[in-house]
Order: sequence, then structure tokens, then C-alpha cells
Amino acid sequence: MKFSERWLREWVDPPVDTAGLCEQLTMAGLEVESVTPAAPFFEGVVVGRVLSVEAHPSAGRLRCCQVDVGSDRPLSIVCGAGNVRTGLLAPTACDGARLPDGTRIRPARLRGELSEGMLCSAAELGLAEQADGLLELPDDAAVGQDIHACLGLDDHIIELSLTPNRSDCLSVGGIAREVGVLNACPVHAVDTAAVPPACEAAFPVTVAAPQACPRYLGRVIRNVNPAAATPLWMRERLRRSGLRSIHPVVDVTNYVMLELGQPMHAFDLDRLEQGIEVRLARPGESLRLLDGQVVTLDEDVLVIADASGPLAMAGIMGGAASGVGERTQNLFLESAFFSPGAIAGRARRHGLHTDSSHRFERGVDPALAHRAMARATALLLEIVGGEPGPVVDVTAGEYLPVRKAVALRARRLQRLLGMEVAPQKVQDIFQRLGCAVEAVEAGWRVTPPTARFDIAIEADLIEEVARIHGYQNLPVVRPRASLAIEGGVAPRRQRHRASRLLVDRGYREAITYSFIDPELQRLFDPERAPVALSNPLSSDLAVMRTSLWPGLVQALIHNLHRQQKRVRLFEIGMKYIKQHNEIKENLVVSGAVTGSLWPEQWGAAQRPVDFYDVKGDVEALLRCGGRAEPRFSARPVHPALHPGQSAALLDERGDCHGWLGVLHPRLAQALALEQDVLVFELSSHIIGEDAIPVFRELSRFPAVRRDLAVIVAEAVPAGEVMDCVREAAGPLLRQLQLFDVYRGKGIVSGKKSIALGLTLQDFSRTLTDAEVEALLERVLAHLKDRLDATLRDQPGKDKER
Amino acid sequence: MELADLVATAQREIAAAQDLASLDALRVRYLGRKGRLTDVLKGLKDLPPAERPAAGQAVNRAKQQLQAAIEARREALEARAMEARLAAEAIDVTLPGRGQSCGGLHPVTQTLERIEDLFAQAGFSVAEGPEIEDDYHNFEALNIPAHHPARAMHDTFYIDEHTLLRTHTSPVQIRVMQARKPPLRVIAPGRVYRCDSDVTHTPMFHQVEGFMVDEAVSFADLKGLLSDFLRAFFARDLALRFRPSYFPFTEPSAEVDIQCVICNGDGCRVCGQTGWLEVMGCGMIHPAVLAKVGIDDEAYTGFAFGLGVERLAMLRHGVNDLRLFFENDLRFLEQFG
Ligand SMILES: [Zn+2]
Repeated sequence: MKFSERWLREWVDPPVDTAGLCEQLTMAGLEVESVTPAAPFFEGVVVGRVLSVEAHPSAGRLRCCQVDVGSDRPLSIVCGAGNVRTGLLAPTACDGARLPDGTRIRPARLRGELSEGMLCSAAELGLAEQADGLLELPDDAAVGQDIHACLGLDDHIIELSLTPNRSDCLSVGGIAREVGVLNACPVHAVDTAAVPPACEAAFPVTVAAPQACPRYLGRVIRNVNPAAATPLWMRERLRRSGLRSIHPVVDVTNYVMLELGQPMHAFDLDRLEQGIEVRLARPGESLRLLDGQVVTLDEDVLVIADASGPLAMAGIMGGAASGVGERTQNLFLESAFFSPGAIAGRARRHGLHTDSSHRFERGVDPALAHRAMARATALLLEIVGGEPGPVVDVTAGEYLPVRKAVALRARRLQRLLGMEVAPQKVQDIFQRLGCAVEAVEAGWRVTPPTARFDIAIEADLIEEVARIHGYQNLPVVRPRASLAIEGGVAPRRQRHRASRLLVDRGYREAITYSFIDPELQRLFDPERAPVALSNPLSSDLAVMRTSLWPGLVQALIHNLHRQQKRVRLFEIGMKYIKQHNEIKENLVVSGAVTGSLWPEQWGAAQRPVDFYDVKGDVEALLRCGGRAEPRFSARPVHPALHPGQSAALLDERGDCHGWLGVLHPRLAQALALEQDVLVFELSSHIIGEDAIPVFRELSRFPAVRRDLAVIVAEAVPAGEVMDCVREAAGPLLRQLQLFDVYRGKGIVSGKKSIALGLTLQDFSRTLTDAEVEALLERVLAHLKDRLDATLRDQPGKDKER
Repeated sequence: MELADLVATAQREIAAAQDLASLDALRVRYLGRKGRLTDVLKGLKDLPPAERPAAGQAVNRAKQQLQAAIEARREALEARAMEARLAAEAIDVTLPGRGQSCGGLHPVTQTLERIEDLFAQAGFSVAEGPEIEDDYHNFEALNIPAHHPARAMHDTFYIDEHTLLRTHTSPVQIRVMQARKPPLRVIAPGRVYRCDSDVTHTPMFHQVEGFMVDEAVSFADLKGLLSDFLRAFFARDLALRFRPSYFPFTEPSAEVDIQCVICNGDGCRVCGQTGWLEVMGCGMIHPAVLAKVGIDDEAYTGFAFGLGVERLAMLRHGVNDLRLFFENDLRFLEQFG
């Protein structure tokens, strides 16, 4: 809601300046969004009267004028405007004037003729976006008067950002009422006394949907002057409220809407057939709107119709065929109350949002219809003339909103605000707000005014007291509460732990969008259908991610394109999986890494990060959960990963809880990646389980370490060798360390040597050499048996621990 | 040779020894079993018995002198050797250290954790809820029926007619109140989504919703809690103001403004020259919301509040472009430790 401060001050003029007024409004919940001057800065422009117009001797389109600006002699001004004529009053920039665009006016010769000033258009003064011709001033403008005084430009445009509950302030009159309450000062409303009919002309109205339209007022005005123009003062007020002048009749209805808050509509009577019917749209009906678009109307849309069909979407927008135009001579004027529920949502459905729908959706004071009709009639008679007929009033009183009395308990008021407000003050606040107040036992009964759609329960009354008393005057205390220990903090703590662990291992946390490009989604996870948005913002943010990899790899690429060679990112967030018509949100920890293992540094061998580096990070993550470690398995294979350099994390039951590996070269190619990218993704629950460690007795006996190097076929995974050793060694094996893998000299091609360190220990005694040797024999036999492994050479010297 | 000459020669040679090996050789030469001084000692038996005691004492004195000289020389040589070793082993301590780089948490996560920590001090626990919500929890239960004008303020992403991406974390408030009994002190952090993108909006951002329900919770308590929180968050004694506003799920409702942390209230571009920054929305929980979750609003009252995490992060760190949070540019992330 935008309005002129001067206009408001005609209604109510509290003893505060502009800044003070704005502060009051904001602190009363009518937030002032901006305050701007009514006109941009200019000076030296006065009212001038054109005394004579002669053709320019050498330029056909220019005219030489004598202009009286109230000084001792008229100015010679060369002018090219089409509407310049003798007798015209127009803004005249004199010698030394400065215009909004910075132009300074100096006497000059234009095509040989002296021009001592400039006749101005509204656009040249910053009072309109564009203009054809000079700004024509009213005949009673005083020649020589500064244009600021003439047009009342010493004014501010105040824009309010109103919350949807305050429809009562969508008019200058409504805001004035509020300012009056805040300052306890009188409000001077405009005259809205009924205008008696001057003729019998009437047009019949039937309301077939009284619930949606409890009140419909119609009035014919005959023989209006089609040549009349909107007066400048009204155009200026409309402009300061952000509305363009369109047609004198439309301007009057808009003006009354801004002034009183009642949206109105004017039809060209001669284009209406038989009578007005207010009803719901019928199946298949459509309407060409004023803005040119044709809409097919749903059956819950209220329309104003005549015998030929719908004329307007009630309370939203009129139709193109029935609106007033340049040749309109007879009007049918509408002032109605449409129920908010009958209007809400309909405009939005068709991509419409009008000043009218905005107000009706939120609630227009049902008592306004008569006053607005009177005010509009009076203004129309003044501007376009004509003879008004009687007002046709179709009101179904039973459907008009009823303001019920609401009880307010003094104790409740005190409990919610944390302070006692003096009963006299409460009473006074409601009275000033226009409520009927009745003091009752331990409280009040308050009946809100018809304009207030937002006061229906006790809490609403409490808010009004708080608001008018001033939120800043309410006490500030610290809450008191009973303290309880609630438990259940582990999952979040584990998440914190995981993020810290990754940070300490050189990863930076990223936050990427939950929705991604479906194309990217297909590249990374071709086998899964993602959850799609029905109204995405853009095609590249259209489906919910089924993995965090696409977003992370995109972020990684963003950085590679910005001269970063080494990127280590992680994210903890949801992925969204459709499962049997249900959408599951799974929390995962994901990472994407590329570049060298170490940051650039001196004196250390540098190499690109590889599978085992990232596996080390993943193993560390798994350990911070304290749960039995899942198996890393080369099968199954994830379609986004290199089938020979990736692993699935499987539990004992074979369920998959995560993946890690090198991005598939085909995918890397599609993403134009020139270096290997490694990724991992783990379900949070396998690192989130807070298994309680159980203490084991410490052995008082020494451990024995024996190293073994065995030769196995290249195809045998190291994991199987280790499993085999564990099986054969049994409970005496405390620790098994793989410390070398060797191929080449001394080893037959197609085979590899794996070196293992076994740490053996018993809880009850020191192991004898014979026992150790026997155990190693068993291990070797088992390895031979299961994996055809042979001992590479004699194990190294015993290392006693 | 005279004993005195012998001692003098030995002392000269000891003083000239340049390393422990030659010093040891001197020890052997003079004091060893076949050493020169031992020879002199052996020669005593050839002296007349009357001279022997005096000569013996002289030899012993000479022996002690030489032993002392050797010991002193050894200490000097050892000290010199240690010095030489230390000098040889000295390194350039100004060379950079080695090892893995430092990662860091995203500034939004850091801000979230700061918020969580501060509310934890007042006994607020953390609750989470689904990001893909149903219409009921996101709107209906919060007193925002279909066609309510407030829905226009939430540009909602829909999956289907009844399923949407939550537009705020307020639905968690509903879920917690449905599942638990008062007294309640809970905050609900998380991702939220609005179908809106420009310089000051991203389609995804983070919110913290918080609420408290107890027997005697008032608007004054709300003012107190949020004043404490905002002053603690910005670690300064900020001016604050609460002004009336409107949310369908609270009544009375308020916006909380803080004195601009960029210009200290003098007026700047960030605060639109007003000196104030809008940072939170809040209010007393609407009786209709309490009724929907089955809490008796005569027995209990409550307040709720919501804040935008990115907004607080921007103000705390002086970030001037919201979109930077989701580009994940390392040059941006590295600025936050
Ligand atoms: Zn500022």
C-alpha cells in the first residue's frame, strides 16, 4: 500500500514529522517499507501561460511561443510539443532552472530563434514514466507560482508492507483511523452522504450466489461526458499511490478504492444485456479479461454476468467487452461485498493479482459499499457529469459477516503479556479502535468494527492491547522452567564427530542443493527414478537427489574451473529415495576428492590421491561409530564407479550401506573431468550407532610377533588371505597387520607376495616357541589348502614385543 | 728423565690432544700398565729405601696431576664435540611444516552449531523432522488453510497435491507437540525450500524454529529469551525492538529487529538506511495450533520463534551475497577456518 503523506494528513494530522509518523506506523505493525519524495529534485520551474504561438521560421515542427511566467516581460520559448496552444498553462523552466535529469536551463538559440526557457512535460519533471505533450495545468493555476506549490509536491510517498491480516489498512481512510488511534487525535473522513437519484434509470440485478456475494449495489449514471478528463489533482494522487491514469471513470473507481478501501467496477451500460446476474461460472464458460487474456472459468469462480454470459470475474478483474471506453456515455457502477472465501485463490490460479482481488481476499468492510457508491457518484458528477439513477441494493443480510462479541479475561491478558494493563487503558484502547466494549466480571466483552476481519478470539484482543500499548513497553523477563535431562543426543553427536573427523583429515564441508538436474541424476544413478518436483524453479533444479555425489562433484568441478588442483569436499545431508510409493529421507555422509594426496609441500614425495587413501578416511569414519566394521566388497558394482576400483560396504547380511571408489571413466568423460575423482557415500546409521565398548582384561604376558610372506595368485584378494589367517590362527591372534604387497623380481609373473605381521598373545601364560611354531604351521597349511598360497621365504627374525 | 720434565711433557701433550682417541692414547702412554709413569713407579725399587717414600709420593702426585689433566681435557673435548654435533644438526626452522591440509566446517553449519549451543544453555533440545512434508504439517496444522493469503508468501515446491518441500521448520513444532507432552523447550534446525531465486533469495536455505510450552509462558519471557539469544549470538549489547507482525500460527506475533551490526544503527546499505535489521519472527503460539495438537490452551501457553541461519551468518561474518553459501567455492569456504 502506497500513499501520499499529504493525502493522509488531510484525514488526520498528528503533531509528528514524517520520520515520527513512519516510526509510529512501523511500531504499530504497519511496516513502512520506504519513504520517497513525491517528485525528484528539480528547481526553477513555475506555472507559465502561453500567450501566443507562431510557426518557427526554419523548423516545421517547432513553434515560437511567448510565455507569461509572472515576471515583468514574457519569455520567448521555442517548443516542439504537439499540445502547445495559446492560453495553455504549463510548467515552465526559467533561466537557471535545474531539471531532474541534471539539465540546466540557459537562454539559447534553437535553429536560429532565441529560447529563454523550456515548457515541460510530466516526464521531464519526473512525474510520469512517459508523456506525449506538455503537462497541462488546471485553469485556476496561478501564473508564476512555483510548480511545487502548484502541484503540492512537498510531499512524501510512503509505502507500507502490510501483513495479510490488516486489510482494514488498505486505504488512506483505514490508515488514518489507525494513526488517529495511535495519537488519540481526531480523524476527518470525506463526505459520503448518499447522492439522491436525478433520474429513474436503473438496471436489474439478481444475485444467485448470495453466500459468495451477500451485498451487491448497482447504479446507472446516464449521459456522462465522454470528452472529460481526469483532473490533475486526482492524477497526482493516483500516481503517488502507484496507479496510472486510465480513463476518468476508471480513475474515480480506483481513487475511491484508495481512499476508502472499496474496490469498484464500472461497466459500459450500453454493452450490457437485460440485467446483471451474480452467479458461479458455468461449465466451459470463458471470458476475455481487461488485460487481454482469455480465461476458462472454473465452476467455483464467482462471475458478474448478463444475458450474454460472464462480464467480469467478480472482485478480481473486469472483462474487455463490457468495460468503459472512450465512447462510453452511460455507466453501470458496481459496489459490492464479496466474501473472502469466494475470492481467495481464484486470482492466483490464473496468474492474476489485482488491487481488487488483493482486498477482497483479505476482507473488505461490508459497511463500505454504500459509502463508496455515494463518494464515487459525487466524484463522477463532478468530473464527467451525467444523471445518476437510484441505487439498486441486493443485500442478503444473513450472509454478511457478523462481528461477534469476544470475551477478554483480565487474568488471561496479564498471563500472556506478563504484565497488568490498567482496566481503564484496556477499555480506552478498544474504544479508540472503534470496538464496542462492555466491562464484565473480571474482564470485557469486545465487539470489533466491521472493517476488522482479524479479531475473532481472545488472543486477537490481547494482540490489539499489546500493539496499541506498544510492544516496546511490554516487560522483558527470563523464562522460568522445570529442568529435565532428556537424553537421546547420540545421533547428532555422532554426526558432529564424523564432520570433525573429516575436517581433521583435510576435507571442507560443502552444502549443495537437495534438488539437481535430472540429466546429472541419470548420469550418476541411472537405475533409480528420482522424486521429481511438480513445479521446479528451473530445469537444472528439478529432481530430488538420490545421492550427494552429483552436487559434490559439481562443486568440485566449480573449483577445478577456478584454478584449484586439489579439492577435498564432504557433505552430510539427506538423499531422497522413492520406495513403494513412499519417500524415504536417508541421512548420508559423502565425499569427493581429487588432486594430490598432500597439499603442495617440500621434501615429501607427492602423488595423486588414490583408492586406498580414501578407504583410509572411510575406515576412520566407520571406527568412530564403534560398530563392527562392514566388509568392503568388489561386488556389486555401482554404475557411477570404476568397476575395478570401487567397493561396496556390506554387512553380514549382505545389505549395502555405502560405496567408495573412483568415478567411472565414462562418467568422468561426460563431465569433462581430466583428473581422477574419488567419491564415497555412507549411510549415517552405520557411523551413527553408539555401540558401548565393553572392557577386556589386559594380558600380563608378552606378545609374540611373527611375520609371514606368502605368494598367491594375482586374482586372490588380500582380504581373503587375511580372513584365512584369522580363521586358522584362532583367538590367540591379537592383531593382524598387512605390511607389504610385492610383485616383480623373485616372484613368478601372475603371482604376488603378501607380507603379514601376526601378533600372538595369551591371557593366561607366555606362549612357548613350540606353540607359536605349531600355530604358524596351521596357518600356512590352511593358506595352502584354501588359496594355494606358498611361503615366500623363512619369516624374518622374531620380534619380541 | 726427571719426573718433573715427564709431567710437563705429558701435560703439554694432553693439552694438545684434539680428540678423545688421542687423549686415551696419552692416558695409556703415561698411566697405562706399561706407561711411562708406571715405569717410573717400577723404577722406585732401584732407589735406596730411604728415598723411596718421598719418590713414591712424588710419583703419585704426578699421576694424580696427569689424571686430572686428562679428565679436564676430556670434558673440554666432549663439550666441543657436542657443540660441533649440535651445530651440524641445526635445521632451518622457518621452512614450512608438512602434513595434511586443514579442512573446515561450512559457515552455515558453524552458525547452526552456535545457535544450538546458545539455546542448549537455556535447556532447549534439538528436534528434526522430514524435509519432504505433507500439506497438513506444513500448513493446515499451523493454521494456514488452503487459499490463506499467507500461502502466497510461501512459494512452495510441490511433489504432488499433498506433498511438498517444507517451507519452514515449523512443522517440526507440530510433530514434537503431537508426540510429547509439555513442558517443552525445543529448537528445530534444518533445510527449508521456497520457489524463489534472486539476489536475496535462494531456493534452499536453513531455518531454526524454536518453541517453548509450559504453564506460565508469556510474551515477556519471549522477549527475554530472544534478547539474551541475539546479544549472545552477536556477542554485543545490541539494541533490539519487537514490533507487531502477523503469522497465522502465532497471536500476538512480532518481528524482532536488531540495531544494524554493520553500521551500529547509523544507517547503511545493508539496513536500508533504517539502522535496523529484521532477524527473527516470533509470537505466542496460536490457540488453534495448540488445539490441533491436543494441548489444553487454558493449562498451557507457549511461544515460538523462527530465524534464517544464512541471514545470521551473513551478518556475523559480513557476507554480502547469499548465493555464495551454495557455490562451495574453496576461496569462500577457506575464510571460515
Ligand atoms: Zn546499517
